[in-house]
Amino acid sequence: MSSTALLTATDLPDIAAPEIQYALIGPVFIILGAALVGIVLEAVLPRGKRFLPQVGVAVVGVVAALADTVWVYRSLDTVQGSSLEGRGQVALEGALSIDGPGVFTWGILLVFALLSLGLFAERRLENGLSPFTGRAADAPGSAGEAEAVEAGLEHTEVFPLMLFALSGMMLFATANDLITMFVALEVLSLPLYLLCGLARRRRLVSQEAALKYFLLGAFSSVFFLYGAALAYGFSGSFGLAEIDLAVSARTGDQPLLLAAIALIAVGMFFKIGAAPFHQWTPDVYQGAPTPVTAFMAAGTKAAAFIAFLRVFFVAFGGAQWDWRPTIWVVAIITMVLGALVSIAQTDVKRMLAYSSVAHAGFLLVGFAGAYVGSAGNEDRITSVSSILFYLSVYGVSSIGAFAIVTVVRDAGGEATHLSRWAGLGKESPFLAGCFALFMLSFAGIPLTGGFIGKWGIFSAAWSGGYWPLVVVGVLVSAVAAYFYVRVIVLMFFTDPTDAPGPTVAAPSRVTTVVIAASAAATVALGLVPGPVLDLAQHAGAFVR
Amino acid sequence: MTEYLSLSLILFTIGAVGVLVRRNAIVVFMCIELMLNATNLALVAFAHQHGNLDGQIAAFFVMVVAAAEVVVGLAIIVSIYRTRRSASVDDADLLKG
Repeated sequence: MSSTALLTATDLPDIAAPEIQYALIGPVFIILGAALVGIVLEAVLPRGKRFLPQVGVAVVGVVAALADTVWVYRSLDTVQGSSLEGRGQVALEGALSIDGPGVFTWGILLVFALLSLGLFAERRLENGLSPFTGRAADAPGSAGEAEAVEAGLEHTEVFPLMLFALSGMMLFATANDLITMFVALEVLSLPLYLLCGLARRRRLVSQEAALKYFLLGAFSSVFFLYGAALAYGFSGSFGLAEIDLAVSARTGDQPLLLAAIALIAVGMFFKIGAAPFHQWTPDVYQGAPTPVTAFMAAGTKAAAFIAFLRVFFVAFGGAQWDWRPTIWVVAIITMVLGALVSIAQTDVKRMLAYSSVAHAGFLLVGFAGAYVGSAGNEDRITSVSSILFYLSVYGVSSIGAFAIVTVVRDAGGEATHLSRWAGLGKESPFLAGCFALFMLSFAGIPLTGGFIGKWGIFSAAWSGGYWPLVVVGVLVSAVAAYFYVRVIVLMFFTDPTDAPGPTVAAPSRVTTVVIAASAAATVALGLVPGPVLDLAQHAGAFVR
Repeated sequence: MTEYLSLSLILFTIGAVGVLVRRNAIVVFMCIELMLNATNLALVAFAHQHGNLDGQIAAFFVMVVAAAEVVVGLAIIVSIYRTRRSASVDDADLLKG
């Protein structure tokens, strides 16, 4: 125990008002503001008239935040580091780091949110009602539920909830100290736990997904928090830059530092869905309402990955020889397990979930490379930039894929069993074609965004000197391509086994636009990756 | 110092073991709360060791987050209980494969 006595009132310094850079954190404020307006609308509007205003507020908020994000990104100052340069600055007294990678992530999160909002607002597939339950308090199959359907009730709270989750994701990606990061993690998770349990169809499964996600999510965030507490014990501060100073100085208790790194890694592995902490992914992706699954698959993974990189590159960068082998091993387990298990799946949403596990593994390959650039090699893609690009591609492709899942239906709602998808190519060439495109992008076939993404990830790992990992990655990509192609064969060259075959419900124009936009983005990122790739490369390093 | 940390570790471990072995969702959730409070103890002990207030302030944030988590968690558990008349995590087994 050190010599410090209890602090007395006279020891406390005068409290100065914090300096808040409102201009830099505008996008987060806009999203939070839109969410609050949404809550007020819930209070003042009659039940039947809430839907359109809520959609309007959410869409206007996200679009305004996107415009502001572009403005913020252009106004970031360049910071010259020792070997590499970054853009941006630390804001809010060190709580947030508004830097290139962070603001780039804001941009892709907002695009994902805009696409997902289209799915949230789809009403034609359920005969004029939203895809969320009418009254969550009624037990499935009860008289109350039938009454709610009869009365055409809808939970419009889903829009503010989604915006709160979005604001948490944006804060998570830019958090510059561990407590901000923990609070942001909970702000993004809590609304998602609720949204998972609000499906209109298959409510038992949906509630079960919410329970599993909640218990396991809370369990894993406690691990993250205990890691943060140990990092504080090690360094005396929660700030990532201060922790970095203590780590680089090699002062303090090394076992404490290793335990902190391990516990924070467990919390983060859970959020990105890396093996052996991926068990929740298939259950939650399958049980949650599909629009929520789309948002969660794209958004949570992007925000969590950038936060993960930020903690490990900034705070624990000085100890990278301690954590790189772990990332190495987890990357291999995650890739192999995700790819092999998805072959055995018979449910489309479960298959996409295991595919997302495999993608977490590929992203970890770039992470393990930990290539931050070096003088004279400015044109080589860094780990951070390659991961930013991969997340953009993976996000739009998976939102598009889940959007198609919402449209292939039978009398009981979405027909997610793979056998029901046989012959979809004849039924609806447009949908089957788009789904095939997303599958090819996931597999990393040239001319799709997925290929450029995988190329970037592998070349960053190669530059970092991790070529055996790249070899494993390429081999696993080949295995993964097998089951993606299997789905394409099923859709186009297999006749439906049971008589009626798949039915494609006619969605409203929003869902069609979402599918078409995702498909267009996937192709565009493959054919002309230049602009986005430049933007990702231009984002530079994390600013501490 | 070491005593507080040991106690915090013991509480954290009891909580973690409880999450893994108990069957009732409410009890599992209580074990998670126990882990959160073990973390608070560690935070306050470290704050004392370092002589700054960061750890104590963090403990307040953790309490607020824990309270918010209770609201969401109990809502989910109650809705599942109303459906199934059971809060056992073993009964929730529709999703697998």
